[in-house]
Amino acid sequence: MKNSVLIAFSIMFLGLAQGASAALNVFACEPEWGALVQELGGDKVSIYTATTAMQDPHRIQARPSLIARARSADLLVCTGSELEIGWLPILLRQSGNDAIQPGKAGYFEAANYVQMLEKPTRLDRAEGDVHPGGNPHIQTDPRNILLVANALLPRLTQIDHNNAAYYEARHKAFADRWKSALQRWEKEAVPLKGLPIIVQHKGFPYMENWLGLKEVAALEPKPGVEPTSSHLAEVLSQVQSQKVAVIIRAAYNDGRASDWLAERAKIHALALPFTVGGSEKATDLFGLYEDTIQRLLSAIK
Amino acid sequence: MFNKTPCAVAIGTALMVIFSADVMAADSAELQKIHNEIQQLKENYEARIQSLETRLKDAEAFAAKADDKASQVASAPVSGPPSGANSFNPAISLVLSGTYSNLSQDPANYRITGYVPSGDIGPGKRGFSLAESELGVYANIDPDFYGGLNFAMHPDNTASVEEAFVQTIGLKRGLTFKAGRYFSGIGYLNEQHAHVWDFVDNPLAYQAFLGTQLGEDGLQVKWLAPTDTYLELGAEIGRGRSFPGSDRDKNGAGASTIFAHAGGDVGINQSWRAGLSFLQTSPQNRQYSVIDAAGDTVKNAFTGNSGLWIADFVWKYAPNGDPAFSNFKLQGEYLRRREDGNLAYKVDTSPVISSYASAQSGWYVQGVYQFVPHWRVGLRTERLSSGGVDYGVNNANLLRPDYIPTKNSVMVDYSPSEFSRLRLQLAQDKSRQGAADNQVFLQYIMSLGAHGAHIY
Ligand SMILES: [Zn+2]
Repeated sequence: MKNSVLIAFSIMFLGLAQGASAALNVFACEPEWGALVQELGGDKVSIYTATTAMQDPHRIQARPSLIARARSADLLVCTGSELEIGWLPILLRQSGNDAIQPGKAGYFEAANYVQMLEKPTRLDRAEGDVHPGGNPHIQTDPRNILLVANALLPRLTQIDHNNAAYYEARHKAFADRWKSALQRWEKEAVPLKGLPIIVQHKGFPYMENWLGLKEVAALEPKPGVEPTSSHLAEVLSQVQSQKVAVIIRAAYNDGRASDWLAERAKIHALALPFTVGGSEKATDLFGLYEDTIQRLLSAIK
Repeated sequence: MFNKTPCAVAIGTALMVIFSADVMAADSAELQKIHNEIQQLKENYEARIQSLETRLKDAEAFAAKADDKASQVASAPVSGPPSGANSFNPAISLVLSGTYSNLSQDPANYRITGYVPSGDIGPGKRGFSLAESELGVYANIDPDFYGGLNFAMHPDNTASVEEAFVQTIGLKRGLTFKAGRYFSGIGYLNEQHAHVWDFVDNPLAYQAFLGTQLGEDGLQVKWLAPTDTYLELGAEIGRGRSFPGSDRDKNGAGASTIFAHAGGDVGINQSWRAGLSFLQTSPQNRQYSVIDAAGDTVKNAFTGNSGLWIADFVWKYAPNGDPAFSNFKLQGEYLRRREDGNLAYKVDTSPVISSYASAQSGWYVQGVYQFVPHWRVGLRTERLSSGGVDYGVNNANLLRPDYIPTKNSVMVDYSPSEFSRLRLQLAQDKSRQGAADNQVFLQYIMSLGAHGAHIY
């Protein structure tokens, strides 16, 4: 037994001799941040995206594969505001990686750099799955993407100083392209202003704020609580009285509740990509918002 | 907007014009003086323009920043950092659990036939009882350490410290050290708290070989390999206070473990983890009571070496890798123990000391399927092998039954939210020879306060 302990220790210390790889290893909690780091980092970064658009980011399990990837990350880019509270703390604690611990340059929470909406005034689990820091789904407003990009740039240059000029140039090119895309999207989205909508999960307040949509109701009676039939019946009466045009949900949401309601109320049920990879056209950040707006516009035609 | 060059030229020209009349009339010395003065003025203006320009640039940058901000939301107030004396308080979680048990056999004489009892085993009390309720307090201590305490309150009004440990966070190169009292990292189920178990009770093999769960006072080191496939190696040395070890008054370590776990994803839908662990203890005077060949209840004591191997695996399936709607989990573990040393038969009255050697094993396999949100069903089947037991000269005094204990359980649970769970479990427990126990359990598990992340 003593020998096997010794062998284990020697294997561990052999491991210590391993060198670091060339590209900057980035662990992105959600696809939108993986895509953003790709825009800024180009071929100087190697990105692992922990979740896909078809997964509910609130309910990821701390799988072994995620722990292994956190172990070798130089930079962790996550949403924060407790979106990843159910899994990220385990990855951090088990990673044995000092570079990505909170407070270090390698730990980046996007929600720290934008204005948070829906900060709860009452913290009570009876209110469902509430996030004390505010609604974490900040990526539904593309203006937030630029703010996060601005905050991400100094982190990249700080961690990978040698490629600072490269990151700066890519950031500038991205910001320019993004600003003109923003203008285009806002112009296209003018007809959406004031559009009454119903959401499945309260995942779109930032988009509503950006485009001037009016959220009339949510299918989830409380955030994170599955729609119930009595609540759906209540929402149905609201649809009829408030001329709701569309029910929207994220790509990962189960579509049955919104399809049920759409059929009863004779209105559209839309699955929005919600993040990069959430639809065929949302292959990158630009595609994400283009497709989102096109889908919304299609509902009012 | 300013532009430096035309501006300087304009001012320079103006100055030239003003001074040109005087220049014509003046002598060369005067001319030189005027030249110098103009030069000075020019430099002066140049400097002022430069400073103005810097200020302008700053203002522009500020405006751009304000622009980005303005283009963003302004409806939510920006809050300052949280304040107050309790803002650094650790995360406190409370798990409340209770059961109703209907057992066809009397739990008071529960014993796994052919196995050395470990104390904390059996189906628990009949009727209503409090199940294990836990109070956990965890927090980062500083940038280098994380720590926590977990109190378990037992149905019989006793409390015990399940966990009280400190561990390093963010050591470099995949290393983590843990010290204090903790659940050993061996096997798959061993590290999991009772409130995350998929069944009301732990498998028979865990009860028989680990006294339900191995808690350790000691030191643990884990190393995570820098590979994309999860590979973790760990070792522990500890007091060995709990079964299969025994508390003792001695320097050094009474138990040591070594374990390796590997894991990863297969495509997007599947993930897995598998492991191999070894636990070595040297129990001193580990006492237990048993019915001997004459039918009397006697107390024996074992002193010697105990070695336990555990092979474990878990495989999870979730469509698109999203377990929220439906998911399936298959897990199984195989445990094999060898013990050798001395056995004192009737240790309290007229001890007969003999040699003792045993090799026993057991396994369980279980599957849990969440078929719609909130609802899960589970099936568990398990079996122990009494294997070979040799009491030496005490073979005449003690029974060596040739029996294979088995148990089958089925459960269904409903979780209105991730903080609450209600469970019904039916089991047929044949761990006692000739006395099949038909068991019905109803259980609630509720968690209040901070709800920490769960391990895989
Ligand atoms: Zn949410």
